[in-house]
Amino acid sequence: MRQTWLPLAVALTMTAGAAFAEEVRVYNWSDYIDEELLTKFEAETGINLVYDVFDSNEVLETKMLAGGSGYDVVVPTGVFLQRQIAAGAFQKLDYSQLPNAVNLWDVIKERTAQYDPGNEYSINYMWGTTGIGVNTGRVAEILGEDAPISSLALVFDPANMEKLSKCGVQFLDAPTEMIPAALAYIGEDPNSHDPDVIAKAEPVLAAVRPYIQKFHSSEYINALANGDICVAFGWSGDILQARDRAAEADNGVEVAYNAPVEGALMWFDQMAIPVDAPNPSGAHKFLNFIMDAQNMAAASNYVYYANGNLASQQYLNEDVIGDPAIYPDAETLKKLYTTSPYDARVQRVVTRLWTKIKSGT
Amino acid sequence: MNLRRIFLILVPYLWLLALFLVPFGIVLKIALSDIALAIPPYAPTLDITAGWEGIKRFFAGLDFENFVFLTQDDLYWRAYLSSVVIATVSTIATLIVGYPIAYGMACAPRHWQPMLVMLIILPFWTSFLIRVYSWIGILSQEGYLNQLLLWSGLINEPLMIINTNWAVYIGIVYTYLPFMVLPIYATLEKLDGSLLEAAEDLGCSRSSAFWLVTVPLSRPGIIAGSFLVFIPALGEFVIPSLLGGSKTLMIGKVLWEEFFSNRDWPVASTVAIILLLILIIPIILFQRNEQKQREADQ
Repeated sequence: MRQTWLPLAVALTMTAGAAFAEEVRVYNWSDYIDEELLTKFEAETGINLVYDVFDSNEVLETKMLAGGSGYDVVVPTGVFLQRQIAAGAFQKLDYSQLPNAVNLWDVIKERTAQYDPGNEYSINYMWGTTGIGVNTGRVAEILGEDAPISSLALVFDPANMEKLSKCGVQFLDAPTEMIPAALAYIGEDPNSHDPDVIAKAEPVLAAVRPYIQKFHSSEYINALANGDICVAFGWSGDILQARDRAAEADNGVEVAYNAPVEGALMWFDQMAIPVDAPNPSGAHKFLNFIMDAQNMAAASNYVYYANGNLASQQYLNEDVIGDPAIYPDAETLKKLYTTSPYDARVQRVVTRLWTKIKSGT
Repeated sequence: MNLRRIFLILVPYLWLLALFLVPFGIVLKIALSDIALAIPPYAPTLDITAGWEGIKRFFAGLDFENFVFLTQDDLYWRAYLSSVVIATVSTIATLIVGYPIAYGMACAPRHWQPMLVMLIILPFWTSFLIRVYSWIGILSQEGYLNQLLLWSGLINEPLMIINTNWAVYIGIVYTYLPFMVLPIYATLEKLDGSLLEAAEDLGCSRSSAFWLVTVPLSRPGIIAGSFLVFIPALGEFVIPSLLGGSKTLMIGKVLWEEFFSNRDWPVASTVAIILLLILIIPIILFQRNEQKQREADQ
């Protein structure tokens, strides 16, 4: 009888030991970090890192507004961050604990300040654009060599979409990304908060709805890389990851990303600390670790997103820093637009419109 | 003696209070509130420190605005209706598949039966989510089912099953089958075999004895199984979101959207309360009917 208690006692001591070790819980986007960085953080600081992922801002926001999420670091996109700051979901950063903040890039800090004035609550992790990913070979086969792969006409002109539907087209399941894009296509202000202007996006999206295989915000990475679909309207780095995976698999699929010439949405994913974070000092350690120039460069080199860290640029691979799809040139930068958060009333109009487009009711 | 009696009655009522009435009260309270940009994202919240004034202010802030709102947009009743249709069709399909299984189990030799029950329960050992996910691999265009059908020459082009309502029906029938089989099996297994013999002695053929004796006597099992399938199927979210397409309209998905995309907890709670009413009304009607029948029998 006595021996049977031994494993139990050992298990209890171990869990008790684990409970005493310092722990940091990070909630970040899926496919968004070089996982070697996670083990490196644990090795350097001795802190246990719990790393969970999500694939939509809405899921994160619900956790933040419910309170008591138990996370120490979360990564909302700028517009969502602004609203969550207003709701009192985050605590101000203590920059004295963040010596690596000197590495941050002024150009990006200026832009993120429109969501988080003075960058008091957040630091930029990555930023990018929302645009069009194509399987170049298949699209050229279907629409010819001069297919408009860098124009919104590729995905919003029903004539093109009807042909492309044969090889598969996916859109992001994110109304706050897709509706501004549809508005940009018809020459309206993509950041309009006027329900009458927003309503104009409906016929544009409804016209191509029959040709869209799926609305999803993460599946297209694999689908594009495997050649299951030939066009995806998605986030820059995700499409570039698909390009990389296809090249690795050597399956004859060649993926290209373009920010639409009519204008593309520029977004910023910001790291912030929830107001009720169990371990704020550990959270600061994590932020400081991420802002280290080499660590940040490793993350960007891995996920193909630009970052807001100037010092990291010297460590970036040439296919990251030199790629205008990731670090846009001055010409493209001018055409990028940003959006601001909708209030509850307009948000309801937007969500309802999105449901209508997706389900046809 | 009285104390013991009170205690016995108290236990189920406390259970009901803690696990049904209290959560229901919280949801109802949120349904009567208004959306707000705060943690938690609705107003008013009860401020007990302000004493009687706080309580008065709290009740003054509640209203039925959200219930009115639901009647103004046809999305909601369409979603309720479509959920009821999907749940009803799936329940009937589960019954059609499940009854023969339960019947076969009850007819099997006694010493096999524990193992057969075990086999029915066995799928629960794997996570529900993984089992639903694996159906994507079976039903997708390059999936096993399409490959099999193509190979057998029954079809020339892969069928589009995944992302349609068909996939949702398959998913629900598969997932909830044990809930149908087990209660039916439980009633069939207790069935007195001599009744069937009597029916045959009185000139019944085997098939009419089945319809006239076995089926009516297994009615409690059929009803219990149907409720166990219908109720969770009505509010199902995981199966339609994984297997269904964006055209599949179910109240579970609408609820998700209200909660996550609109951050509108009050409207989401209102949707949930109406869903509960839809479920409770048939259950009450059914129980009344049973009660009457029992009285009539006496």
